[in-house]
Amino acid sequence: MAIAASLIDIVKEEMAKHNASKLLMVRVCYGKLTNLVPEALSFAFEVQTQQSPLEGAELELKEIPVTVTCGECSTEFTPEGTDLFCMPCPSCENLFGHTVLTGKELYLDHLEAE
Amino acid sequence: MEIPVVRNILEANDKIAVNLKELFAKHGILVLNLISSPGAGKTSILERTLTDLKDEFKMAVIEGDCQTDNDARRVAETGAKAVQINTDGGCHLDSNMITAALANFDMDNIDILFIENVGNLVCPVEFDCGEDFKIALLSVPEGDDKPEKYPALFEKSSAMILNKCDLLPYVQFDVERAKRFATQLNKDMPVFQTSCTTSEGLDTWYEWLRTAHAAKQK
Repeated sequence: MAIAASLIDIVKEEMAKHNASKLLMVRVCYGKLTNLVPEALSFAFEVQTQQSPLEGAELELKEIPVTVTCGECSTEFTPEGTDLFCMPCPSCENLFGHTVLTGKELYLDHLEAE
Repeated sequence: MEIPVVRNILEANDKIAVNLKELFAKHGILVLNLISSPGAGKTSILERTLTDLKDEFKMAVIEGDCQTDNDARRVAETGAKAVQINTDGGCHLDSNMITAALANFDMDNIDILFIENVGNLVCPVEFDCGEDFKIALLSVPEGDDKPEKYPALFEKSSAMILNKCDLLPYVQFDVERAKRFATQLNKDMPVFQTSCTTSEGLDTWYEWLRTAHAAKQK
């Protein structure tokens, strides 16, 4: 709910900046490593925009995949599969100590309004 | 019309957190954000820490709970200053709430400030409260798969307290498995195996606190 509220604050600010009165679409990008639950954000956004110029706008959620640098040989790679605890480096097969490059983002990318 | 934005959704929280960090740095206060499930033993660890180290450090606590001031009263009984934040059902603390709570403290009279977050392994992780370190607490009755299920907390924490270890003979909990998963995304994170009942492991936690506090003073 707090994330939806922060998102709505930013959307309202941007709409005011551009003299827009009706929101059509918002795109949010979120990293796979954030705790964001897309369904929960969509629901919270819908509830919190009711009876406002934002009501009915489409909320597009785009997931950003995880990319890491191997803790052993520094190879950059995108882990296969969904298991965040099993990320063998394609080069040296090391499993530990990777540095996360992408996958932690949470930002409002753009919106469409009239 | 299309309006390009690219703004961090939590920017309002993060801006306040930056101000908090500056304020804490100015006063040389070490700030720790304790995050766990409800019932893992955050309050018990705090009670012990506040009691055992009261001659070494001036300590204070911000207590976050959905309802009641039960924990704040328990902590206050140790003699430490405790301020309660009731979130009215909210599942985490944020930087704005911390800022408001600070009005109750004498900032020149605190060495270590503990933030006891709302019991929740998910939402508190995303909200920077201006802390130096997040501390993840896990208790053995909860199950050894918690780090697998909630990786973000264990990835972002600077230390992990594995609490209620006196119950290990009675529960199915594989310590090595929990440690292995907790440290796979966070290689250098220390893990303290503690029990507030037997005092096991508390000394290693205290030693870490001393080192962290000394580093903050530099």
